[in-house]
Amino acid sequence: MEQLLYASEIVVNGLMTGVMYALVALGFVLIYKASGVFNYAQGVMALFAAMTLVGIQQGQVPFAHLINALTGTHVSHFGWNVPAVLAIALTAVVMVLLAIAIQKLVLQHLVGQEPIILFMATIGLAYFLEGLGDVMWGADVKTLDVGLPQGISDAAEALTARLTGYGFFIDRLDIWAAVIATALVAALVAFSQYTKQGRAMRAVADDHQAALSVGISLRFIWIMVWSIAGFVALVAGIMWGTKSGVQFSLSLIALKALPVLMLGGFTSIPGAIVGGLIIGVGEKLFEYFVGPMIGGATETWFAYVLALGFLVFRPQGLFGERIIERV
Amino acid sequence: MTLRFASLVAAAVMAAAPAMADLVVPNYSYRTGPYAANGTQYADGFNDYFTLLNERDGGIGGQKVLTPECETAYNTEKGVECYESLKGQNQLVVAPLSTGITYQLIPKVSADKVTLYTPGLGRTSSKNGAAFEWVFNAPANYWDGASVAIKYLLDQNGGSLEGKKIALVYHNSAYGKEPIRTLQELSKKHGFTLTELPVDAPGQEQKSQWLQIRRDKPDYVLMWGWGVMNAAAIQEAANIRFPMENFIGIWWSGGEVDVEPAGAGANGYKSLTFNGVGMDYPVYDDLKKHVIDTGKASQDGQYVGSAVYSRGLYAAVVIAEAIRKAQELAGTPEVNAEQVRAGFEALDITEARMAELGLPDFGQPIKLSCANHGGDGHARIQQWDATAKKWTLISDWIAPDAEVLDPLIAEDSEAYVKEAGITPRCN
Amino acid sequence: MIYREAGDFKTTYQADSQTFPLRLDRLGYYALLAVAFLVIPFVVSDYWATSVLVPFLIYAIAALGLNILVGYGGQVSLGTGGFMAVGAYATYKLTTAFPDVSILVHVIVSGLITALVGMLFGLPSLRIKGFYLAVATLAAQFFLIWLFNKVPWFYNYSASGQITMPERTVLGQIVTGPATPAWVKYIVCLTFAVSLAWLARNLTRGTVGRKWMAIRDMDIAAEIIGVNPLQAKISAFAVSSFFVGIAGSLFFAVYLGAAEVGESFGINKSFLVLFMVIIGGLGSIFGSFAGAAFLVLLPVFLKNVLVGGFGWPTDLAAHIELMIVGALIVFFLIVEPHGLAQLWRLTKEKLRLWPFPH
Repeated sequence: MEQLLYASEIVVNGLMTGVMYALVALGFVLIYKASGVFNYAQGVMALFAAMTLVGIQQGQVPFAHLINALTGTHVSHFGWNVPAVLAIALTAVVMVLLAIAIQKLVLQHLVGQEPIILFMATIGLAYFLEGLGDVMWGADVKTLDVGLPQGISDAAEALTARLTGYGFFIDRLDIWAAVIATALVAALVAFSQYTKQGRAMRAVADDHQAALSVGISLRFIWIMVWSIAGFVALVAGIMWGTKSGVQFSLSLIALKALPVLMLGGFTSIPGAIVGGLIIGVGEKLFEYFVGPMIGGATETWFAYVLALGFLVFRPQGLFGERIIERV
Repeated sequence: MTLRFASLVAAAVMAAAPAMADLVVPNYSYRTGPYAANGTQYADGFNDYFTLLNERDGGIGGQKVLTPECETAYNTEKGVECYESLKGQNQLVVAPLSTGITYQLIPKVSADKVTLYTPGLGRTSSKNGAAFEWVFNAPANYWDGASVAIKYLLDQNGGSLEGKKIALVYHNSAYGKEPIRTLQELSKKHGFTLTELPVDAPGQEQKSQWLQIRRDKPDYVLMWGWGVMNAAAIQEAANIRFPMENFIGIWWSGGEVDVEPAGAGANGYKSLTFNGVGMDYPVYDDLKKHVIDTGKASQDGQYVGSAVYSRGLYAAVVIAEAIRKAQELAGTPEVNAEQVRAGFEALDITEARMAELGLPDFGQPIKLSCANHGGDGHARIQQWDATAKKWTLISDWIAPDAEVLDPLIAEDSEAYVKEAGITPRCN
Repeated sequence: MIYREAGDFKTTYQADSQTFPLRLDRLGYYALLAVAFLVIPFVVSDYWATSVLVPFLIYAIAALGLNILVGYGGQVSLGTGGFMAVGAYATYKLTTAFPDVSILVHVIVSGLITALVGMLFGLPSLRIKGFYLAVATLAAQFFLIWLFNKVPWFYNYSASGQITMPERTVLGQIVTGPATPAWVKYIVCLTFAVSLAWLARNLTRGTVGRKWMAIRDMDIAAEIIGVNPLQAKISAFAVSSFFVGIAGSLFFAVYLGAAEVGESFGINKSFLVLFMVIIGGLGSIFGSFAGAAFLVLLPVFLKNVLVGGFGWPTDLAAHIELMIVGALIVFFLIVEPHGLAQLWRLTKEKLRLWPFPH
């Protein structure tokens, strides 16, 4: 009985963790769906967005270190603090500008190239953004605080204690993440189903050439998709940054999103969510039941083994499009 | 243009070769990569102390100290590249702040005859100078740390840990696994149960581990973490409302950057330390006058006085004292790497000497010998005060349990002796 | 004018299928080999040999191996780091268990062991394709690292889990361990790199290579014309892993001398080698070397220029270095999407027509 309760606590927490993974995976899916690009830089974009947010919030002078090194001055802060909401809005603007820059400087020159080449361009982008973020805002750990609560939720603990006799641990940040992720997905689905731009985006995802021939501007759509992905990166950055501070390792959360993507399918938004949930629950349960027997720290590889298990039966991911190959 | 560039490159490759008379103590720093936040502060403290010596005293024994910096990014390959490139500059001491790089360099320094100094990190058994001629890890090592933590807990529990549960949350790497053997021995001796909870690098996601801690309710949690893992663990501990005063980290889990992200939740968190904290030491007056106010501080002195900065400064202090000793022994201010090794081996930093340096009670007395390259291994406990945002020392120096550690060190260094095929010295 | 053949007068099949059809190329190649083997070992400084050339050659071997899989076989792999670890740990276990057998034999046997492991993790490729296949190799990557970290048998029960290479000699000359002269490390790695490149070249232009390429271009079509996909895919995994295993073995035994699995063979290594392959050029032997050179030499070069030349703070230099590497990758892609190898091919084409391009 106790085992069962513990296991269900783990399932609940696994689901919550899954949502956090899915947030990162969403950004990948959006870009892949619309442009067929596997965006390696998504994790770095999350880091960059979080750094920019903290920088704006705390009134840091961008490129302070570079300016100081070149001119011998000692600037660091403007001396003001920007409210969180405004800072998020400003960061979103920065992400849109970034999307425009990426489109103008990189993607525009690579139209019609093979996927592996576009993938590689995003590798270059990842290197560049990582360096840029550090030069702009410095490499120290930053505390990100936009007012999201953190820590055990008393209400949930009391409720489960009353129902089952054992108070579950649920992190308030995770609850917020779940709410935000749901809102985000709902907004994305509504956008792509009911707006003109959204439909255009789906048309582009379906067939570039056909979309072009009915007068859809590829350039605009790509900028839009990258902006949205930048915004999703910002949300993921806020969530993970609140959890463990903003620093280089934040970009490595992309590794957590990879098995989610492969399990859910690269082209499906619901796939990212469901994939995230399956991975979250699966790895936590495995660590709980099997982990102690074989020495623990199994989560990193078990996520991939789990995804592999699913893929053997559905090679295009759970929700991926089945591609019919003809000779 | 091309020519100018080519000559520039040529100049770069030749690098700014120092005048042979200068003392070269390179700073193997990492200000980028996953551990940049901690590495930066350490490197600043290291640089600033040597800058102080140069500015105030004109170096050591009249010889300026150069600290050419080399970025390792905590990456072993880059660390080796740094080592090879600095070898040509006649480096006297190698002090990489990385256990991984240390293991790479242990065989190399013995072949190249350069001293490797790893305060509070690296290979623990290098305390045994008989086996590790060129490696020094004074004043304390990981096994000392594990033992001191348990000793402290014994004190807290009136001398007995019988039946207590202790969990170890560790970085799943060579570094994090260091204390396990010691803790296992200690658990046998003192009758507590030990649960090992590995966390894979980088360690942002530790929910499983902390859920388990919440279920098992261990009396104490020890942590061997580094980088983002520290901050995430402290945050998770606060999340599950684990009593922070029962959560003790190794010294590398005791920096400001580790506790600050958790905000008020981190209040009461404890960690080991082998150096003093805060700025209530006379040396900081000199530092302010000669280094910070003159704008010569590393990175504008933004981290002066932080816990990790202090540790970097302490490493520099010990190296400077060893060089001074070497000059004394050699009778000349122009010492070479081999003489510096002798200086390390004859090192004797007394309490009076620390006070003279403007750091009274900042570190324990260090007296090294041919057989003892690791000092006494004392450490103290510091506690984080989240409202004042500072560390406070809450215990006196605690000695490790030599009865448990000595056989372990003997065993591990014996393995090294056999593996490397060397004859132990010091007979 | 000089750089071209005067008409196509080949009389034998051998002449027609040789690797360097142009005499100038051939001579250049032999000259390069001669310089690499006979001149460089005598003039190279320790720094250049140990921190630039040796890692370059080892990465080139790894990139060659991965290129066989990705560039010729069309199977994406992100498990290079894990397979390198297999090579390294196999060498360590073998050489500590059988110290009397030559280390060179151990290196090759380690490659073979890695080939077996690679075949095992290559099995899902029969079912899963494209980027999805990366999941199988990623599973290999993380699982292998975890295994070597967790099971003490692999690191001979040492306290910290590090493995250290003991001293070994070949023909009386020390080739591993700290006392190895820099030029010996260089020669050992060069010998392996050249012979493996020769092997790769001959495999890829033979039947096996053609099968791989048929599978890469379209596996269903290949199957219809009689290529056995099981054989072709698994052999690509095996050969590729053999190369990668040797690279890992040399990386540990000759280059580093000691290794910790998570740090030396982590996922970053997998990505790094994949980047080398893509930047150098998929399906090109030269590209593997070019890509390795690009990603090994450029950071060292930039570091020396920015820190040594301009005297910038190391952290700023490191960040700007990242930006420059990133910008260069994008720039090269825009100029030539098919990698450095294609750039080289185009240059040669142009040279061939020079000075009368029309």
